Amino acid sequence: MSEVTTTSPADDAGVGQPHPDTVLDPPLSGDSFLAPGPGGEAEGLVAETSEGPQELARRALTDPGELRREVGAVLRLPEGVAIDPADIDVEHSDDETMIINMGPQHPSTHGVLRLMLELDGETVLRTKPVIGYLHTGMEKTAEELTYVQGSTNVTRMDYLAPLHNELVLSLAVEALLGVEMPPRSDWIRMLLVELNRVSSHLMWMATNGMDIGSTSMMIYGFREREMILAFFEKTTGLRMNHNFIRPGGTAADLPDGWEDDVTIICDTVLPRTDEYDELLTGQPVFRRRSEGIGSLSAEEALALSLTGPILRSTGVPWDLRRSMPYLRYDEVDFDVIVGTYGDNFDRYSIRLNEIRESIRIIRQIVEKMPAGDYRVQDKKVTPPPRGRIDESMEALIHHFKVFTEGFKVPEGEVYVAVESPRGELGCYLVSDGSPKPYRMHIRGPSFVNLQGLPLMMRGGLLADAVAVCSSVDPVMGEVDR
Amino acid sequence: MSPDAAPSVVDEPTGSSGSGGGSPRAPGRPSQEVVFPTREQYVAVVEEYKDGGFEMCADLCAVDYLAHRGRRLPEGVSPERFEVVVNLLSLSQARRVRVRVQVPEGDAELPTIFELYPGVEAMEREAYDLFGILFAGHPDMTRILMPEDWEGHPLRKDYGVGRIPVQFKGAPGPR
Repeated sequence: MSEVTTTSPADDAGVGQPHPDTVLDPPLSGDSFLAPGPGGEAEGLVAETSEGPQELARRALTDPGELRREVGAVLRLPEGVAIDPADIDVEHSDDETMIINMGPQHPSTHGVLRLMLELDGETVLRTKPVIGYLHTGMEKTAEELTYVQGSTNVTRMDYLAPLHNELVLSLAVEALLGVEMPPRSDWIRMLLVELNRVSSHLMWMATNGMDIGSTSMMIYGFREREMILAFFEKTTGLRMNHNFIRPGGTAADLPDGWEDDVTIICDTVLPRTDEYDELLTGQPVFRRRSEGIGSLSAEEALALSLTGPILRSTGVPWDLRRSMPYLRYDEVDFDVIVGTYGDNFDRYSIRLNEIRESIRIIRQIVEKMPAGDYRVQDKKVTPPPRGRIDESMEALIHHFKVFTEGFKVPEGEVYVAVESPRGELGCYLVSDGSPKPYRMHIRGPSFVNLQGLPLMMRGGLLADAVAVCSSVDPVMGEVDR
Repeated sequence: MSPDAAPSVVDEPTGSSGSGGGSPRAPGRPSQEVVFPTREQYVAVVEEYKDGGFEMCADLCAVDYLAHRGRRLPEGVSPERFEVVVNLLSLSQARRVRVRVQVPEGDAELPTIFELYPGVEAMEREAYDLFGILFAGHPDMTRILMPEDWEGHPLRKDYGVGRIPVQFKGAPGPR
């Protein structure tokens, strides 16, 4: 880490020696009138404004409360706790750090993440991610929706990997129901979530490229992702927020000719990952901006409950698909990619190679896809097919019941976790025997992974903070839920 | 593994239609181990698990059982309104254990496990924010998702899904 900070010539030259009097008002430190001159207490200070010259009160006369607002209440504690007004020495401060807020509307924060950064010159000391700007109470909403409706809700959490959200909810509901799933539905689900992983990682490659200045990567990532989204649209009807994986199976079977579509996607994306490899991996600017930046050790990652590519980048071979297999992941061949240094570059190469591994899985799925039902044939859980409704009164009743009341789920609790592109996506579901979940808690991987930011950014440069934040791949819809 | 005093159950899959098969096809549901320590035992139990190879605290969340009093609990565990559920994960053994602590309504406070698993920082804050359960010893027990001046704890069962006044100028009031 230190090698990176010292390589910057700016570090020695301009850092950290602001005028002692102006330290507390970093945004205004250039305006000399705010700094009380050494002997100039008596004369009035005059500032040019749009309405002519205006006399100003001395800085020291500013109300401490206002001062605190100006410098930013540190780390979002209640203001009284964060800074004691008596501690603010306006005249002779030796505190040379400053606190800036990055976000919530900063384009590099991937949504509405706000980072409070304590800076010493250009070096980041402390960081506090402030979240909640996108909190929409989805866990509360889930308690008002039936299990049938639930997947429309959760799919909006991690909007870059909606199918994983639907999958984890469906798996949890099915675990409580105790139904055995037909094999085809498992394989369809695997196909979709793996495609989703590719599209999510492509999106990450695109935005990460953008964040560290490779704008062409932005275009390429989106271009390939669009292919996958087009397939999702053909299959599920929607590009995002599909509501396709539902408790009891999937909403429909795969469309005719899906093998060809999927093969074309694989045949296109795979050579293009080689192009990205060529474009980024060997590129000196990219390497300098990612190697050794934001590194973590395995112990730190484990202690902070970080999962997914971040944990794997530190060398821990932990992938739920391999370690605690769900669906049919124990029947396909794939490698778990791990890194060594836990830095941005490792996380980049892990995601790049996971695209390749996912494509390897997808090709196997295309070969092994069994025939059969795409949803469980249990009248209480699955609505009858449209054709049956016209001819059978009973089917009509079941259809009506499933969509108005929903189905009842036996009492109990379950925790189910799947490997989303961002890490362990868990669902803790409590049922009281009614058709609505009593409590649904989603363990969002980005929510937890954001805790790693302060550690990864510490001692780095402000410009690298953007790169580090990007390499965590937070999706704010899931962080705030 | 689990301390003597804390009742522990191995959660069987409910109503299993075909759980007898070889590989665990019933999705994600290998039988799950659950422990029910009291508040006093809580930290010691978690610490014992940590020493026993559970490297990661995967999840911590709370449940408000106000509207579901008659839930199934093992012998010797008296139900309280709140429950804090901690999911510990052992990477080396590929095993999960769930620690469920009863937290009474009148004194909704629990010692933090931040010292053992620093990763619960955000999760405990979330539980505090949404349920009002205090974690004693937590370094920054503030709201995390809701605005800091919010009143009430939204995921409690007695917290209605109400309206809040709209902030736009000239907007019509609630119907």
